[in-house]
Amino acid sequence: MQQEFKQSIDKALHNANLTGALGKFSEAYKVNRAKAYEGIDFEELRGRIATLKSFAASHLVELADQFQRNAEARGAKVFRTSDPVKVREYILKVAQDNGVKTVVKSKSMATEEIHLNPYLEKAGIEVGETDLGEWIIQLAGQTPSHMVMPAIHMTKEEVSDLFSKEVEERLTSDIPRLVKVAREQLRPKFLQADMGISGGNMAVAETGSIVLVTNEGNARLVTSLPKIHVALVGIEKLVEKFSDIAPILKALPRSATAQLLTSYVSIITGQTPNSDGSMKDLHIILMDNHRSEMAADPMFKEAMQCIRCASCLNVCPIFRLVGGHVFGKVYTGGIGTILTAWYDELKSSEYIQGLCIQCGACKDVCPAKIDIPGLIMEIRRRLVKDQGVPLLQKSIYSVVNNRRLFHGLLRAASVAGKPFSKGTKFIRHLPLFLADLTDGRSLPAIAAKPFRDVFKTIVQPKNLQEKAVFYGGCLIDFAYPEMGEALVKILNKAGVEVLFPEGQTCCGAPARYNGAYEVAAQNARDNIEALLAEQATYVVSACPTCTVALNHEFITTFESLGQSNIMPRARELAAKTVDFSTLVKKLIEEGRLTLKDGQHLGKITYHDSCHLKRTLHAEQAPRQLLQQAGYELSEMFECDTCCGMGGSYSLKLPEISAPILQRKLKNIKDTGAPLVAMDCPGCVMQIRGGMDQDGAPVRVQHTAELIAAQLKD
Amino acid sequence: MYDQFKTRAEGVSAEVHRFPTPATALDFIIGFLRDEGVADAPGRRAVWADCPFLASIDREQLAEIKGLHLQVSREQAAEAHVGISQMDWALADTGTLAQDASAIDKRLVSTLPFIHIALVPTAGLNPDMPTWLTQVQPKEMGYLSLITGPSRTADIERVLTIGVHGPERLIIIFVDELGGTH
Repeated sequence: MQQEFKQSIDKALHNANLTGALGKFSEAYKVNRAKAYEGIDFEELRGRIATLKSFAASHLVELADQFQRNAEARGAKVFRTSDPVKVREYILKVAQDNGVKTVVKSKSMATEEIHLNPYLEKAGIEVGETDLGEWIIQLAGQTPSHMVMPAIHMTKEEVSDLFSKEVEERLTSDIPRLVKVAREQLRPKFLQADMGISGGNMAVAETGSIVLVTNEGNARLVTSLPKIHVALVGIEKLVEKFSDIAPILKALPRSATAQLLTSYVSIITGQTPNSDGSMKDLHIILMDNHRSEMAADPMFKEAMQCIRCASCLNVCPIFRLVGGHVFGKVYTGGIGTILTAWYDELKSSEYIQGLCIQCGACKDVCPAKIDIPGLIMEIRRRLVKDQGVPLLQKSIYSVVNNRRLFHGLLRAASVAGKPFSKGTKFIRHLPLFLADLTDGRSLPAIAAKPFRDVFKTIVQPKNLQEKAVFYGGCLIDFAYPEMGEALVKILNKAGVEVLFPEGQTCCGAPARYNGAYEVAAQNARDNIEALLAEQATYVVSACPTCTVALNHEFITTFESLGQSNIMPRARELAAKTVDFSTLVKKLIEEGRLTLKDGQHLGKITYHDSCHLKRTLHAEQAPRQLLQQAGYELSEMFECDTCCGMGGSYSLKLPEISAPILQRKLKNIKDTGAPLVAMDCPGCVMQIRGGMDQDGAPVRVQHTAELIAAQLKD
Repeated sequence: MYDQFKTRAEGVSAEVHRFPTPATALDFIIGFLRDEGVADAPGRRAVWADCPFLASIDREQLAEIKGLHLQVSREQAAEAHVGISQMDWALADTGTLAQDASAIDKRLVSTLPFIHIALVPTAGLNPDMPTWLTQVQPKEMGYLSLITGPSRTADIERVLTIGVHGPERLIIIFVDELGGTH
């Protein structure tokens, strides 16, 4: 399976059509989405949606009861079940009781989830998908690769081949012509069908209404022309009030396709007349299939808020490289990983959860305010809990947690790798199975002296008024001690003495991001003890991932494990922790630190590190510092898109990490700036290594190093 | 509100007109049907779903249009070139038309033909969706339709293409002196 999964990634990455189409789409999507939300308070809107959907998730049974009463009062038949098998049987029975020979369907992910089409077809019923994208993949015998745009992975040439076969005529790849062909082919199917099957975007308890959102008009035909209409609705689509429709209809089209509203919205409440005067036979199936278990889980209940817009797919730097099929057959992308883990089983997400690089881009745009990366981390944690930490990983953690041993080993490897570093600060090639690590990126040579030893040789001025504890983190300690030296120089200038407690250890991110929460918790305890032992005003770090660990993740790790006794100390540490740029900006504002005047340092571009921007929300501080120092800031395209490092991600999935890096390098070079700054030593490692192999004359620096050179005497 | 509606609706490829009276709107429609070549021939006919507008005009004028049917069957609608119906409301902030479409002929004429002409009483303009939702009673209106521009898809290579299963053209005609059903 592991091998199969790696092969599917490889296949996707080598599909130029796929990566080309998805790449272009994702770039346009960001711009169009922003335009569609112009003048709208997104935070307020998604707050309302999260509240109303969360309420529904806490009252599933009451709302389903109420929905059933109201829909049945208007002549609908409501069938409720938790079992996908019973759903299929029910639909088949309705079909057989009414002599149904052909069915037309509008798009429904719930029917994909229960594999309805093959079941009905086996019983001799002809099933026709009518959404253009769904019809294309039905003809191709494929599964959807995207929740909203199921055939986004296919080119017009592939579509024209499929359609040519269907109409037995050689068609060109002219898209409007292909769409016409679909209209002509599907129209008779609509008119002849005995049954229409739809999904439902919302089910309103207060009125018993189902709401259908489409662009093509096929749902209108599916629900109007056949005399029988079956709507399959997952119970996560329940909302309490009729007025709840408004906020969801405001967000769904904007987030899904950057439209203000889709071409068609149908609100169906009970039976309506058919064209022969008879009344519509309307069946609404409310399907559970593990949804109420999800709602009962204190952490995953949040995922019930999803409105299925798929914006988490559209902004994902991984999805745009590998597409949907790598994720599985039904739900894809970030939210798809979570839904698969529940609707199928936890184990089904074993490999796909590893695709998430934890950049947080999806969390920023989710209109239902779901912490998708957080929930994927929780899946990781539960998988490790079920299956244990692999032995190799375990031995790695024991090394990482012993700082002297870790540095010794790294240094030994680095020295052994001398022939590969050729006297530069880089390791450009590694032999054998390690070769992937230096494919497109050089690795930093390990410093002869770790920062913890360098620190002892730094002479700090006497009688400084304030103290700050410096948390180094692995990369500054072992690879980039000069960043630590720059930080000490700057803080000293501002009258702050820097302390470096020897007891500090790994921040636990590597363990945590691999689901090994027990290891991460021990790291957290060791660090809390070491960092709070000193009396200091601040705990400062020049690595955003470490900063996030110190001021967010220690707490959430303890919460996940139910370790509450340490919580007050964790909160005390969190309150003191600050990232480098935010602290320095504050010191400048307080008049304790001054930069040289009137400098003209030329053009610079800035790369946003994921944790600095999306967790710490500190993306303005470094920009202001650099501009104040005299740099002329020239923003790059997609400045806040991940560089592909993601800690150990680049070691586990180098084939995905590398193309993400290439895109970043291109965006940096396109600005024409000879210098790029960032606040994360991990990003420096990734991007500096990439520039080295690329050969472009662009310097890659941590903001601390650049600011340290511009202090006024 | 009308100006906002017009901007939004035209932004999604609808065509928007406004007339003071049913009679002036009718002149426009008759001219439009003539220009579109509506005739009593397969694929050239027009269908018009029953609505208050029809009660407010001189029906004699309609008799002159060959191929126009006021009794709508699904077969007629399926092979009509133009479908005409009256909408009940309009939402200014998205350029959306809204209708109690419980009567199926209203859905047939607005979905199956290539061109949909939508008549709207100007008084039916609402600023936005939340306002509109407070005015409708879903329990009395089994099928509420919202229409924003013509039928569209971007399912092949994300290229926007107008007119998939529904109409290729949506002609919206506001009539100031027109009563509605709601």
